[in-house]
Amino acid sequence: MAFMTLEQIDVSYDKKKQILKGLDLSVEKGELVSLLGPSGCGKTTTLRVVAGFIEPQNGTFTLDGEDLTKVPVHKRNFGIVFQSYALFPHLSVYDNVAFGLRTRKMAKETIDQKVKSILEVCGLSELAERFPKEMSGGQRQRVALARALVIEPKLLLLDEPLSNLDAKLRISMRVEIKRLQKKLGITTLFVTHDQEECFSISDKVAIMDQGVIEQYDSPENIYKRPATEFVARFIGFENFLDLRPSRGAEHIFKAPDGSSFCVDMDWGGEPFVGTIRPDDIRLAERGQKDNVLPGVVGVRTFLGKSYQYEVETAAGVLKVNMAAEKVFNEGDGVRLYLPEDKLVLVRKQSE
Amino acid sequence: MKKNRWLTAYAVIVFAFLMIPLLIITVTAFGGGTAITFPIDSVSLRWFANVFTTKSFRSSFLTSLEVALLATLIALLVGIPAAYALARSGMKGKQLLRSVFLSPTIVPGIVVGFILYQFLILTFRIPVFVSLLAGHFMVTLPYVIRVVGSAMEQFDVSVEEAAWSLGCPRGKAFFKVVLPNVTSGISSAFMLAFINSFNNIPVSMFLTGPGVSTFPATLMNYIEYSYDPTVSAVSVLLMAATVVIMVIVDKTLGVASLAG
Repeated sequence: MAFMTLEQIDVSYDKKKQILKGLDLSVEKGELVSLLGPSGCGKTTTLRVVAGFIEPQNGTFTLDGEDLTKVPVHKRNFGIVFQSYALFPHLSVYDNVAFGLRTRKMAKETIDQKVKSILEVCGLSELAERFPKEMSGGQRQRVALARALVIEPKLLLLDEPLSNLDAKLRISMRVEIKRLQKKLGITTLFVTHDQEECFSISDKVAIMDQGVIEQYDSPENIYKRPATEFVARFIGFENFLDLRPSRGAEHIFKAPDGSSFCVDMDWGGEPFVGTIRPDDIRLAERGQKDNVLPGVVGVRTFLGKSYQYEVETAAGVLKVNMAAEKVFNEGDGVRLYLPEDKLVLVRKQSE
Repeated sequence: MKKNRWLTAYAVIVFAFLMIPLLIITVTAFGGGTAITFPIDSVSLRWFANVFTTKSFRSSFLTSLEVALLATLIALLVGIPAAYALARSGMKGKQLLRSVFLSPTIVPGIVVGFILYQFLILTFRIPVFVSLLAGHFMVTLPYVIRVVGSAMEQFDVSVEEAAWSLGCPRGKAFFKVVLPNVTSGISSAFMLAFINSFNNIPVSMFLTGPGVSTFPATLMNYIEYSYDPTVSAVSVLLMAATVVIMVIVDKTLGVASLAG
């Protein structure tokens, strides 16, 4: 059994709006797992169930083989970092960090030693006497992290901890979080709506939508092989092709117009669509025949390092990003190549 | 710039409208004659002396002080948990309940006073002082709930949640994290409630009896029978006390905090 598990978790507000629907999740010891999804998908609710702020209507939450579903927050021993940092405004950095140790009634010397060492690790030693309102966002963030880590939590929960920081700081803080997390080996649950942030630091990512996990896998696999149409759309696959398996030939799929595509994967019984990123479509070489789709260039938009074209094809309008060196104009004819390892089949979204 | 000058003039006129009566009262307090006149013909402090030697003033002042302090303290004890519950619970009809709590500030004091008189004194024969205290508790409670409640509502819930997550049970977290961060709200609630209780006439009028009278009620009584500059002297003393209190509040919390 995994270190942390959520099984068949149901949460609803006012018995009407269901926020989580039979959610399952398991996390191995020492892993950093992200919950990613659009707002309202239930990711924060999931974190709050784990933290103990919300008691689910159904389902169980276990940690290290122990059922904690009904254990109150203050007995769980989890470190939580909030989006607003939630530092105690009336306490200094030192006292903020010492708070969790003092509630545990530790000896003064032990507390002092632990607080000093975590402040050192988080680069806060100089700021120990400051108050939260006298510090920058990044510094407060680190205090929040130190405060959560000093209690040596069994689980670290991060609720959009970087969303209030500016872009540059966000990147350095996420590296820092990853470094601390690996160094201390703390199993971590991270909630975010920022894909790049999530993919860059997670061991595994759970993509959520409408109270269920759509896909749970490593960032690389999700990026390359989304499992469902929702996941594909969410992570930037913008082109969807209505494909049908062709009789007899494996890995060959046909579009409604008759053009056939070779795809590098098998597919079972469920309804599916083919999808590809605008970045992965290329121009076909002269003489190339497989996975090629002719089309006519429509609207062109400038993206900086490339142009995006809307190309009208027999299989529908495709968005294609191409380097800025060669510019096509509206009405130009192009032959598009959809590489077989980049064209992916995903489960179709039920209406 | 021209527009600014007009605005300044306007502000000065409004200020004068508010301040000139106070100024006139202050001057009349120092008059030597037995009638309130302005301007005064001679200067004397006899009316101030009269305030301190009039027994009913002294005893009613102490009663008012006692009632205002006790009522405010009880209102804080009852009101702070109520404000917390209102700020934090997600229960239905929270808005309605909040309005109900604030209703004594909307219902005319005369009505509150009369109802309390009818029930506490006539029907249940509760001692006058206790009834008076109950009446003032009713007057002060809404201020506590409103001012402390708004301070609690502005206080980030996650800070409390952080305390729980660090091993602090809910009750303890309230004392260790919530209360220390709403102290300025509590002090302003205290000041507002105290001042309102001390100044209250409509409720007090009904709830006074032999030996128990509040300061404003005694003052009203006094004016009815002997209209002399003692009243002006009392006003001056009250104004001076208010100014002192306001200065203290401003130095410690900022006057803005009184606005709730």
